[in-house]
Order: sequence, then C-alpha cells, then structure tokens
Amino acid sequence: MSVPVLAVEHVYKYFGDYPALRDVSFSLHGGECLALLGRNGAGKTTMLKILAGLSGAAQGEVKLFGDSPRQASARRRIGLLGHGIGVYDELTAIENLTIFAQLYGVSKTVAREWLERTQLAHVADSPVREFSRGMRQRLAVARAFLHNPSLLILDEPFTALDDRAIALLQGLLSDAKAAGRTIIMSTHQLREAMELATHVALIERGKLVHFGPRTPEMLMDPGYVYRTFGAV
Amino acid sequence: MIFLQVAAKDLRSELRTKESLNASLSFAVVILLLFSFAFDPSGEAVAEFSGGLLWLVFAFAGALILNRSFARELPNDCLEVLIASPVSGAQLFLGKSVASFVLLLAIELICLPIFGIFYNITWTPKFWPLLGIFLLGTWGMTILGTLFSALTVNLSLRELMLPMLLYPMMIPALMSAMRLTTILLSGNDIGGDDLVWLRLLIGFDVVFTTLALALVETILVR
Repeated sequence: MSVPVLAVEHVYKYFGDYPALRDVSFSLHGGECLALLGRNGAGKTTMLKILAGLSGAAQGEVKLFGDSPRQASARRRIGLLGHGIGVYDELTAIENLTIFAQLYGVSKTVAREWLERTQLAHVADSPVREFSRGMRQRLAVARAFLHNPSLLILDEPFTALDDRAIALLQGLLSDAKAAGRTIIMSTHQLREAMELATHVALIERGKLVHFGPRTPEMLMDPGYVYRTFGAV
Repeated sequence: MIFLQVAAKDLRSELRTKESLNASLSFAVVILLLFSFAFDPSGEAVAEFSGGLLWLVFAFAGALILNRSFARELPNDCLEVLIASPVSGAQLFLGKSVASFVLLLAIELICLPIFGIFYNITWTPKFWPLLGIFLLGTWGMTILGTLFSALTVNLSLRELMLPMLLYPMMIPALMSAMRLTTILLSGNDIGGDDLVWLRLLIGFDVVFTTLALALVETILVR
C-alpha cells in the first residue's frame, strides 16, 4: 500500500477540560473522498482545523503527505474552504485571487483563468463587497482551487450555496477526485456528500464511531449512517 | 519576499477603507490641539516636554493602527486562510508589521509639522536625525504592537487589551525615543552620554524583532 495522503493517529484535542476529540485515527489515500459526518459540536470542524494546520493536537500525530501539517511543503498542497469565504471585501475579485496566487507561488494568469471558470470574469475589477452571496461563494471556491491542491479540506462546503455554486463545486470535486486528489469534507448535506464520497466517517462527542467505505445502503438512504452507527 | 506582498495587501486594504488611518490621524491631531490649549506654546519649557508629548501622541494613535493589524483578517475568516497557506508565521507577521510601520510613520510625519505650528517649535534643521529616531521608535512600537495584535485578535476586548499589554512593555523604547526627540527638538545634537538612549532603542528593536519572529508561529497556531 502507498503512503497515505493523510494519516491521523490517536489524536486528542481539549478545550480546557472538555475533550473535543478523543483518540481519533483514520487515513486516506489519493483519489479517496471522505464525508465526515456528525451533529453540531461533535468535533468535525476541530478535526479539519488540525488537518489544515490551524490548530495543534494535544496528543497523537497528524501527517499530510508524510509531513507535519505545519510544514510549508504540506500546506502548499492543501486547498481549504472553511466556514468563512476567506476573501477580502474591500479588494476586487482579481486582487483577491492574485494575492493568493502569489502566496502559493502560482502564476497570476491562473487567477484570471479561475475567474473565467467560476463565471466571475465580468466582475474581475469590482470590489467583493458589491458581490451577491452566490458570487462571493464562487470566488471562495476559485480561491481554494487556485493552486491545484492535492488535498481538499472542506468544512460544510454546500451550506448556504446557491444552485449555481453547488453545481460548480460538485463538478470541481468530481474532477478533483477523478484526477486522484484527496478530499475530506464535513457536511450535513448527506445526499450531495454521499454522491461524492468513497469513505464515510461519523464523529460523536469527539469520538470516531465509524470509519469505512461508503456502501450502497448509504447512497440510497443517507440517514442510514446515523441510524446504524450513531447513538440513539 | 512574500512578506512584502502581505504588506502590500494590508496597505491596499487600508487605503481603500481608511478605517484606522482616519481614526488615528484625527485622534493625533485632536490630542496635539488640546495639549496646545493646556500648555503655553510660546513658553521656553515647551522644548523640554516636546519629545514626551510627541511620543505619547504617537503611542495613542499607534494603538488604533496596530489594533487593526490582525483584526483586519477576521471578517470572512481570512486569517485562517492565511495561516493555512504556505506562508510562514514569521513572513506573515513581518508583512503585517511593515504595513503598520508605514501607516504609523505616515501619521507621525503628518503630525510633526502640525506640532511645529501649534507649539512654535522649529524642527526642520534636525529633520534627518529626527526621522532616524522616528524610524527606530516606530519600528519598536510596531513590532511589539503587531505581536500583541496577533495575541489578542480573538478576544472580544482586544481594543482594551492591546494598549494594556503594549504600553508597559514599550516603556524602554518610549523613554529612549522621548529623550532623543527632546534633545533634537531643543536644537542640540545627540552625543556623549545621550548615546546610551540610542543604544537602548536599537537594542530594544533588535531583541523584540528577534523574539517576535521566533514566537509568532506559536501564537498563531493554537
């Protein structure tokens, strides 16, 4: 078996005395897509923040591409789409993408290409504060995919997206998976997640209660995971 | 030179909104004006407290600029995206420090002639040595203020916490900058025993720049 793209081993995280994550272990390889499920406050976002290098684990080890998530080489290969859109309201769309292109060492022409792909080229020079919600979300998607990341970390990516942005994101994620990229996404949108996922994990009160391949039952009945593996 | 791109981004953002620039500049001018009513601007004693007065104004106005340094990244969770990018914490911190430094220095250079007019102080013959002191003092304030801005960015009372942390730590640099500025505005040159204040200011900048660059990664990733 090849080296996993992402390996989480016995990770614990505490907020004060409260255990946000307890002994979480799993791994993913190239081309795999994990739907990380769990109720609000279960620990999904905490797990994703540790994977993105935004937070450290109290115990245990996280490896991305065989490295610590805080290594620049690992971070260069991550695409992050969190709760916020991660773009600056006072800057224009092209200025936003150009900044992130510079930070990731990507050519500025790629920023223009992504504005075309996300159908924002006509507003390239308009400040983001004038954008509709859907346009802002598409710009966030462009920002996350700009540097062609090998690992996509998505925190509830379909929440509050308009239909155009959902279609765009689903298309990009399908292409990424087909190209051998690894995807991990937390979500409450079970149907969209199950269509993309190769693996499913369920977190409850910081504990990983299920991790395994997505089965046909899960695809037909998205609530199956909660009913079968979750606490009543 | 990624930090220059971070600095350029911050400066562009600030010049679009002018949030901290307007607040800081108007605050500095109002303080200078009010103090000119409190003291007799034509008195000989003015030169004696000129350095202290100027640097107190810079320190108060600077807190308004420095508070925005990392807080600017909070809307839309931009700070998370920056921390997750391949840019090191030190580069990010340096970029933000340079942006705040440029903004604060601009405020100071606007305030200097206003101060000269209000307090009847002739500063032009000593402009270049004064600029040197401004550069050193402002860098010390900026580097420490940006570090505390990163430390307090997620606190609801950050506008209060930043000055509470910054001013006590700034005392050695402020004392040096005040003393050296007073010497220059009194028409004298810096030399002899006064050089110890210059050494203290340079030492402060070197020590806190090194410490801040070493500590900032730990502060940003919790």
